Amino acid sequence: MSTAWNKPELIAALSGILPASAILSEPEELAPYECDGLSAYRRLPGLVLLPETVAQAQAILKLCHARKVAVIARGAGTGLSGGALPREDAVILSLARFNRILDIDAHNRTATVEPGVRNLAISEAVSHLGLYYAPDPSSQIACSIGGNVAENSGGVHCLKYGLTVHNVLGLKLLSVDGEFIDLGGQALDAPGYDLLALMHGSEGLLGIIVEVTVKLLPKPEMARVVLASFGNVEMAGNAVASIIAAGIVPAGLEMMDHLAIKAAEAYAHAGYPLDAEAILLCELDGTEASVSDHIETIQSLMAAAGALESRVSGDEAERLRFWAGRKATFPAVGRLAPDYYCMDGTIPRRRLAEVLARIDAWSAEYGLPVANVFHAGDGNMHPLILYDANKPGELEKTEEFGGRILELCVEVGGAITGEHGVGVEKLDQMCVQFGAAELEQFFALKAAFDPTGLLNPGKAVPTLHRCAELGRMHVHAGQLPHPELERF
Amino acid sequence: MADREAQLQKAVCSAHADGTALEICGGGSKRWYGREPSGERLDVSGHAGILNYQPTELVLTARAGTKLSEIAKALDEHGQRLGFDPPYFAEEATLGGVIACGLSGPRRPYAGSARDFVLGCKMINGCGEVMRFGGEVMKNVAGFDVARLMAGSLGTLGLLLEISLKVLPHRIAEHTVTLDADFTEAIGIMGHWASTPLPITAMAADGRRVYFRICATPSAVRKTTCEINGEMFDDGLRFWKELREHQLPFFDDDRPLWRLSTPPATPHSLIPEIPHADWFIGWGGAQRWLKSDLPAEAIFHAASSAAGHATLFRGGDRGSDVFASLPAPLLALHKRLKESFDPVGIFNPGRMYRDL
Repeated sequence: MSTAWNKPELIAALSGILPASAILSEPEELAPYECDGLSAYRRLPGLVLLPETVAQAQAILKLCHARKVAVIARGAGTGLSGGALPREDAVILSLARFNRILDIDAHNRTATVEPGVRNLAISEAVSHLGLYYAPDPSSQIACSIGGNVAENSGGVHCLKYGLTVHNVLGLKLLSVDGEFIDLGGQALDAPGYDLLALMHGSEGLLGIIVEVTVKLLPKPEMARVVLASFGNVEMAGNAVASIIAAGIVPAGLEMMDHLAIKAAEAYAHAGYPLDAEAILLCELDGTEASVSDHIETIQSLMAAAGALESRVSGDEAERLRFWAGRKATFPAVGRLAPDYYCMDGTIPRRRLAEVLARIDAWSAEYGLPVANVFHAGDGNMHPLILYDANKPGELEKTEEFGGRILELCVEVGGAITGEHGVGVEKLDQMCVQFGAAELEQFFALKAAFDPTGLLNPGKAVPTLHRCAELGRMHVHAGQLPHPELERF
Repeated sequence: MADREAQLQKAVCSAHADGTALEICGGGSKRWYGREPSGERLDVSGHAGILNYQPTELVLTARAGTKLSEIAKALDEHGQRLGFDPPYFAEEATLGGVIACGLSGPRRPYAGSARDFVLGCKMINGCGEVMRFGGEVMKNVAGFDVARLMAGSLGTLGLLLEISLKVLPHRIAEHTVTLDADFTEAIGIMGHWASTPLPITAMAADGRRVYFRICATPSAVRKTTCEINGEMFDDGLRFWKELREHQLPFFDDDRPLWRLSTPPATPHSLIPEIPHADWFIGWGGAQRWLKSDLPAEAIFHAASSAAGHATLFRGGDRGSDVFASLPAPLLALHKRLKESFDPVGIFNPGRMYRDL
């Protein structure tokens, strides 16, 4: 932890490494960095640094290491769990200016890019080669690939194409003391421990990513979407099970509940049936022959599962329109209430109906409506709790409700986060997901990379002390007496 | 079908107390892999049994000592299989063993590696503590991804008790076709087809031919077969299995067997003095098998100069380095990581690297 925070002295030392324009220290310059995508948590950083070269980043780390100054890495700032939440006595190391695509290797189907390159920019840069980068988190026009690695981001195509960890071949890191570490590369299955996998989802606690080599895939010949509506979510869940049981792994398989359908339709005019309690969007991609074969099977499975109707996208424009509703769900739901809180948990899909029923009951109890979107293929749910932050106590109530949903995910055999990470948001739920032995192992592992604990301190893994204080292994976020205080 | 967790934990605790080195042993089918085993043998093969299998969620959990063949049979009953196509190398092969070795079969570049399919694990660390990481859901970013870290760690970090995996459906139809090509041509041909979205799930070359495995719906298989315009190869099923299990005639040789992992488009002229007959190319160019008596240094060097790495896969001097050496900062990190799991150094000492 930072013990020696002396801002003027630090700025003076840093000015030997960075131009003045790359050191932000005034409150009005720091304000845009006070939160990431989880804006309920805000704090002004001590300093924000904007290096442009690896040598500068390395020098910053060496300097901070020598002075025991904590370093918080930040990409595009789109994270949803407060992983990039600043501290007053730490520097934000922004990787936003590392935005160059360094190499595109068509023969080996890889791209090597700097960490600040936007997710979608990779696919755009290789599109002329008939290739693309598969993971597509919903923030893909803005989020950076370095942040994707740090969070192990998913997207709507995970079931077939995997998470970020399945699509990254190599990383170049800087360790906490500024040493270079190369992991993986264009060749598969590097020798030694699989630190490449370990870095994914490590939320900036283990090292600073300065280069990423991703795997590129050939663009599918075609993609089509089946849109099916159901009288209840259980039937929609059964339809998903029967598709998987038939041996089909769709490219995307999304479910929305009634409130989400209504909001999305009003916003995006996607043509969703407003009388449905649930809809499924099932995308098939691949060669023309396999897509047509599977579409037929899927339509008959949907019918057998009791679908009220099912439609197949006729052309690319209609396919995109079907998706437009789903992709606009968050902003669409945003119009229903002054604020919404997006939860992120995973469950075994067979428990879906039961989990949604419990959420419904709590929704009534708290008086807070919930819209549900669900990555049905992989069990990742995103209940969106509608609330009004201006009403006293409502944020706390919302957080408590959200915490109960996450603990329910653990109870039914799932996890407290599928793709948004722990950050500061879910530290309390980590005490529910893991026991003392696991948490201690996490700290030991962290210490192997960062013995003095200077990289993103206080995030992702709660201390045993915290878990104990919050009622051992079962706590609710909203019951904290001072939610605005530091939570470590 | 027994739960031996308590006995295993006791054995680890007592080894931790008196600093006894343990050789973790499953079916023993891959005992020849890695550096020379040392330590007292701790048999985990009795800790076996499938604990949970949900075909409609593509998830299976089994104890580490469960035989791969038993898992394959259970999956097959539901038209499913292990996605990474693991090599057995003997009927006794266990799930824990193949995950610890991190080995994947011909499907690997197209479907993913052993670690890609790991969702969670239960394990015992070097202090005798039983811990769970990951889980039985496909998306889970709570805590560090220790479960995937265990894949390929050769039992040096902990003793695996249970492993949860994502599994995949069998494709409905499968064909193998071949095209005549020498190695140089084969690299170009495999690169070409890998850049298309065709449902190809394996490519290999033996210096005379390129082999393609096509898996999809029957009509998609037919169409792809026409497009590649190769010769039908009727013995495909056996060919891919024998390649995976190293039972092809190529592998029947007393010389050390090397595995070179390279970027797939790397030209064939990797080590010019080696005769063509001593190579076999798999993984669409990304994995090259070599039988050779050349000094280890020359082979390690050839692979690293091609931006890849070599492994002395089988045979040769197992007392010396079998995996490519790591740069000093990375090796130091490995040692600290090992210490964080196994502070006394009881698990499979030296199996991966001399001082690890």
